[in-house]
Amino acid sequence: MRRFVFGTREKEGAGKQIVVYGLLICIGFVYLYPIFSMISTSLMNQDDLLDSSINWLPGTLYLQNYLDAAKSMSFWASLLKGIVIAGIPTVLNILVCMMVGYGFATFAFKGRGIMIGLLLFAYILPSQVTMIPTYGLYSKMGIVGTLWTFILPALFGNGLNAPIFILIFYQFFRQVPKVLLEAAKIDGAGHFKTFVKVAVPSAGPAILTVGLFSFVWYWNESYLTEMYVQGLSSKSMWVNLVVQLKNFDSSFQTMQATGDAAVSLSEPVRMAATALSILPLMLMYLILQKQFVESIDRAGITGE
Amino acid sequence: MSKEKKVKDPRGKLGKLEKREARVGYFFVAPWLIGVALFLLYPLCQSFYYMWFNIRITPLQTVYTYVGTGNFTQIWLENPEFPQQIVTYLWQTIVEVPIIVVFALMIAIMLNGKIKCRGLFRLIFFLPVIIVSGPVMNMLVTEGAASIPALNTESIMTAFDAFLPTSLAESITEIFADMIMILWYSGVQILIFLSALQKIDSAMYEAASMDGASGWESFWKITLPTIKPYILLNAVYSVIFLSSNEQNELITMIQSAMFSGTKEKGYGYAAAMAWMYAVIVTLIVLLFFLLLGSKKDMYDRQVKRRQRAVKKEARLVKKIERRGKRNAKKIERARQKRKYKTYSGESDY
Repeated sequence: MRRFVFGTREKEGAGKQIVVYGLLICIGFVYLYPIFSMISTSLMNQDDLLDSSINWLPGTLYLQNYLDAAKSMSFWASLLKGIVIAGIPTVLNILVCMMVGYGFATFAFKGRGIMIGLLLFAYILPSQVTMIPTYGLYSKMGIVGTLWTFILPALFGNGLNAPIFILIFYQFFRQVPKVLLEAAKIDGAGHFKTFVKVAVPSAGPAILTVGLFSFVWYWNESYLTEMYVQGLSSKSMWVNLVVQLKNFDSSFQTMQATGDAAVSLSEPVRMAATALSILPLMLMYLILQKQFVESIDRAGITGE
Repeated sequence: MSKEKKVKDPRGKLGKLEKREARVGYFFVAPWLIGVALFLLYPLCQSFYYMWFNIRITPLQTVYTYVGTGNFTQIWLENPEFPQQIVTYLWQTIVEVPIIVVFALMIAIMLNGKIKCRGLFRLIFFLPVIIVSGPVMNMLVTEGAASIPALNTESIMTAFDAFLPTSLAESITEIFADMIMILWYSGVQILIFLSALQKIDSAMYEAASMDGASGWESFWKITLPTIKPYILLNAVYSVIFLSSNEQNELITMIQSAMFSGTKEKGYGYAAAMAWMYAVIVTLIVLLFFLLLGSKKDMYDRQVKRRQRAVKKEARLVKKIERRGKRNAKKIERARQKRKYKTYSGESDY
């Protein structure tokens, strides 16, 4: 009996297994609880919400909340804009960070150590310190409220979380065997050609990691998006779903005032809006889940 | 001797090829360097400069008035919110980061074992990374979806209240109430720990169990020392994440100070705030570095100590030798000056 519960040296006991699975399932439930609760609340109508006998499953499938929320957030337009806002800087991030990471990893030059130190410093420094003059700079250039405020830093390797991405590429290219690059050089390729023809094709996993994370982080960045790209004005054309969600209450109330909304602002509507803003990334995650979960592993974010 | 040194340090003079390599290296890094100068160093200096001024932006021009440390005294003495928020932030970060790290380690170890549906569990635990963003969290928190009603915090609160001072008990119960948030912030950390755990050579565990180590012992003696650098990495990552997260009230405070039109606030005021905030974040990161930083392991330290002792002995021996030589010379000189008379055995004594 004792052996059955605690197991022997060779085989894990049933008791231990039960504990592990129990813990995992409990914590998994805690993890998913907000999402379940969000979905179930968002499907309730006013009566279900007040009915104390209804906890999880709403009485009827009620989709009006979603329709209203989508209308208030102008879902499709925000979705497309959100993809552009996150997509273009991501592509630039990949290209530039790859180049810089390759430069750090393959060439020996003076001041490289200091530069890498600077990279770490840039990561640790809270962006609020540089935010004020940067905002001043952008407004002097007249690009606040346009997409350039995200493109320009990304073009110069200072996009959102760029130090992490540069370090990922740095780690990755250090692991690429030097022989490969030397072979290309012997065959007559220049430095740039070696980079394009040999290093880039071999960096697939790292590119995937950086692309996925950069996209997700840009997508979820509401603070800087609101300030730079949207420019804190409601007239700006650049706005994504997350920022819409941030200002959801006020925008819904104005819509209600004009009499377009079928329901009043309440818990289910807000949950529906939250679900809508999460939805695109959730779909992406479910499709690309394997790449997501394994990407960190393969790209060596953790270093050697 | 000199030839050997040259081989050891080839940096003395670069060859033509090396020079070209270095130039190409600079070329590859150049965009980033320009970016750093433009978007990091220049704004950094400028905000350092701003911090001593009161800046008012009128449609026609920007007016700078030097106020010295006026911004700081204003923040600390007349803004009751800021010191309070700083204290809350400090306390929260210092408590939450260890919880996140320990929790992530636990999950990672469980996932690393032999279990079924590992992919499914990984999927679940990584999900928050994808959807966590300021507004989403805000919505979930305000609508109460983020706290489990089954986790009744009232009873915990009263229990803590009986033993601890009220302020401490309150913050502890706050942590319990925000448990889901804390768990949600540990997605990336779990993955980092997982990949670190997978890189540990399994032969080590086999050898240890051959020698009679239990699972518990091999966790403390093998797993923990091996992944120690990753613990530091995760702690730093958590600090940075918590401090640049939109749930953090300080950030919104800085932003609202920046755009507020009142007389005493504005760019300078916000810059002073941001600098103080940055210093505090850096201090917290440093604290974790000091706590978890890589101390060299026992063997290394002993070897170093031994080497130092050997060197010291050698130096001592040399010193004695030199002194002996010097003394011998002295005696020799003195004898030549006939200060000492040595008895040669010829005449009378």
